[in-house]
Amino acid sequence: MLKVFKYSFLDLMRNRWTLGYFLFFAFSTFGLLYLSGDSSKVVISTMNIIILLVPLVSLIYGQMYLYQVRDYVEILLAQPISRQAIFGGYYLALASALSISLLLGLCIPILIVQPEGFVANGWLSLLAISAILTFVFIGIACNLVLRFDNRLKGFGVGLFVWLFLAIIYDGLILVVMLLFENYPLENASLILTLLNPIDAGRVLLIFQLDYSALMGFTGAVFAKFFGTLVGSVVLTFGFGMWLFIPLMQLMRKAKRKDF
Amino acid sequence: MSRYVVIYVIVLGWIVTAQARELEVGSQRAVTSLKEALKIAQDGDILCVDPGTYTPDTVLIIDKSIKLYAQGEVHIKAAEGQGIFEIRADSVSIVGFHLSDVGRSYIKDLSAIWVDYSKHFEISHNKILNCFFGVFCTKSSNGIIRHNVVKSNAEEEHSSANAIHLWYCKKIRIENNLAQQHRDGIYLEFVDSSVIRYNVSTQNLRYGLHFMFSHNNEYAYNVFKTNGSGVAVMFSRHITMHKNHFLNNWGDAAYGLLIKEIYDATLSDNLFYKNTTGVFAEGSSRVAMKDNVFDSNGWAIKMRGNSAKNEISYNSFVGNSFDIATEAKKEENLYHHNYWDDYSGYDLDRDGVGDVPHRPVNLFSYLVSRVDESILLLRSSFVQVLNMAEKVTPALTPVSLVDEQPLMRSPH
Amino acid sequence: MIEFQNIQKKFGKQQVLKSIDLKLEEPAIYAILGPNGSGKTTLIKSLMGMVKINEGKISFNGKTLAGDDYRKQISYLPQIARFPENLSANEFFSLIENLRGPAQRKQEAIKWFGVEEFLDKTLRNLSGGMRQKINLVSCLMYDSPIVVLDEPSIGLDPVAMIALKKWILEERAKGKHILLCSHLMDLVQELADEVIFLMNGVVHFKGNIQKLLEETGAHNLESAIAQFLISKKPSHAQSI
Repeated sequence: MLKVFKYSFLDLMRNRWTLGYFLFFAFSTFGLLYLSGDSSKVVISTMNIIILLVPLVSLIYGQMYLYQVRDYVEILLAQPISRQAIFGGYYLALASALSISLLLGLCIPILIVQPEGFVANGWLSLLAISAILTFVFIGIACNLVLRFDNRLKGFGVGLFVWLFLAIIYDGLILVVMLLFENYPLENASLILTLLNPIDAGRVLLIFQLDYSALMGFTGAVFAKFFGTLVGSVVLTFGFGMWLFIPLMQLMRKAKRKDF
Repeated sequence: MSRYVVIYVIVLGWIVTAQARELEVGSQRAVTSLKEALKIAQDGDILCVDPGTYTPDTVLIIDKSIKLYAQGEVHIKAAEGQGIFEIRADSVSIVGFHLSDVGRSYIKDLSAIWVDYSKHFEISHNKILNCFFGVFCTKSSNGIIRHNVVKSNAEEEHSSANAIHLWYCKKIRIENNLAQQHRDGIYLEFVDSSVIRYNVSTQNLRYGLHFMFSHNNEYAYNVFKTNGSGVAVMFSRHITMHKNHFLNNWGDAAYGLLIKEIYDATLSDNLFYKNTTGVFAEGSSRVAMKDNVFDSNGWAIKMRGNSAKNEISYNSFVGNSFDIATEAKKEENLYHHNYWDDYSGYDLDRDGVGDVPHRPVNLFSYLVSRVDESILLLRSSFVQVLNMAEKVTPALTPVSLVDEQPLMRSPH
Repeated sequence: MIEFQNIQKKFGKQQVLKSIDLKLEEPAIYAILGPNGSGKTTLIKSLMGMVKINEGKISFNGKTLAGDDYRKQISYLPQIARFPENLSANEFFSLIENLRGPAQRKQEAIKWFGVEEFLDKTLRNLSGGMRQKINLVSCLMYDSPIVVLDEPSIGLDPVAMIALKKWILEERAKGKHILLCSHLMDLVQELADEVIFLMNGVVHFKGNIQKLLEETGAHNLESAIAQFLISKKPSHAQSI
């Protein structure tokens, strides 16, 4: 697996898109820091970009790259290595290449402009969340590529997955909340939110930045939840599932698939 | 005839003043204890107290019109279960003392200085530390409370009291005081025609300033910072609130300013910065909110449905999560000439006023005021999309609140 | 000896291989022929483990092929020459070597197919013929007892073609099992010792070319196959 990882990683790091991804985040973070100067506001604005773009780019870029891999994967399959090693290697390479260019793009500006703001204001959580989202959505991209031989279909489903998790899901939550307006909804809405990795990341960050006070009584309930062991366990479990299930599914699919 | 009367009065006044004695109190003086000094003093006397620590064994009752001056660091520690001074006469001054250690009581309103049925009193330049109540005034009028530092270390609301507390008072001036870490910084109940200026009220457990059933008052140039929940003004008429700073009142139920059942008030030139809610208005009418700056608050203004005929104009709304929250479908308050940082209209005739009306309540903030939990969607991409859709189709906005003349630039 | 026993494979509802039994006993060049969709590539891929068969087993010299390591004994040339686009030919070869272990005849193969001059070019910028040469080198640089060539002649110029034939014949001389899929009947006629004819997932003929010509009465391989197709299933006659 490490061999496939190594080559694919080098290949990806040389790719212009990876560089572009890095530059995009570097420039937008620079720009935001320069314009606003308040690193906690920059965290929130950057978070908005991240929760929208990281899943999308991870999915589309991951799929593009993996469909390309599909073209020559026979050569690798003909070698005496296991399929898990091949696809595991690509998964790791893609996720780490994108994470690294994203993290560098976020870190370099803040370290230059406001090194003291780096450990404050939830920057570290923001970095962790962007890395987790990258891994989750690369995992999903790998699955879609193995699942759909038809690229158009694959990209279509990928876009839908993104649209659903990034936008539609929250709309559905809102509809549920309005439908059951008269019932106590704290726990239900919290669980629904944590089931979606994008929402979980966003809510976690908002609580870190003390926006929970905006939530009034509900916020106090939530803040208490996140402060407890149960909260951290649930959160870790939620993210863990989103990392683990696509990966397991990928390994299962890779093992059985005909090429 | 009247001429003689005037002369007579002047002469009489001179005699009275000339009779005013200066009594000195201190360990090296003829009179060593405060209690004794108060006993022998007569109306119009001045008591000069030497530096040192005094520990009276009971509360010091001032029932003559005398002025007490501390000549240096005069530290008076309260007797166990007692207050320190009790003013029961008119024209009493207490200046420059360091008062401390009035213990808490659940039965009596123990205070460093209790002013009862007094006129023309002055309490100034005192340092009142670790006392239950700091200055407590009842049924008094025409007094001045200024340049005092009233500081305690309150930790729980039920076992703490207020720094400056007024009840049934009139024409009081409260100026340049620091009220810190009490229950309420300044508390007024049934207090009329008073002025509260240049005070700093901070880290108080409940409110920086709290007043009820008090009319025709003015408070201005005060700073209310990191109090439990800012300032509460309730059941009062003709209040002027001017040039105050409401800062960092951040918490689950915190706000910069709560106005409840307030009529005919003016709220102008104030700064609301980083409060969970800047102004929370409930059942208030004819309040003019003008030239205020709302910066980085959760909600700049929360207007409850039963508030009407308020005029909100020439304010700046910058960097708030939500500018206005209201549940009312039909708006009964008037919004005009405000600057909204998320206004996206244009100004073709370049008169500084946008040509397109601005709707400060978006669909999401309306939903949040309906269902608390929906705040979980704060900053989600869905809400961004919703806001964008709303800009294109204003009909989506459920609330009729409109600023017909939004300003293009902040006036501040 | 390579032995296919009762190989069955379904893609969805379509039965692509219907109980294939084949014994490739002697080291020789075996040409696998058949119309499109006859199951040639599926058969080869099931040997490589790329296609997971539903039934049956494949063995080499009595050992069932399972796991991943057995592929060390097979040099496989895929039909389409596609590579990681951003690597150079050299890097691509070392990628393969990294995965499989050092190649015994790398320099020899590079020279043989004339790949030296574009060793350091990025693969993305190479023409079809050049790519096929690199494909050949990456396969043939290993000295393994089984060689599987899926359409090796695509895009090759005559010089490279001659080099390829010569290399294949030398491999046979070394006593290897060589499986060859090709549409070029000339090439097959020239090289193949035995022909295996597949249609609709069934082996319809196995034997040497002489035998095929005798059975069909044709004068060369191409018309023999054509006749075969017409007699078995006329509708497929035009596509071999």
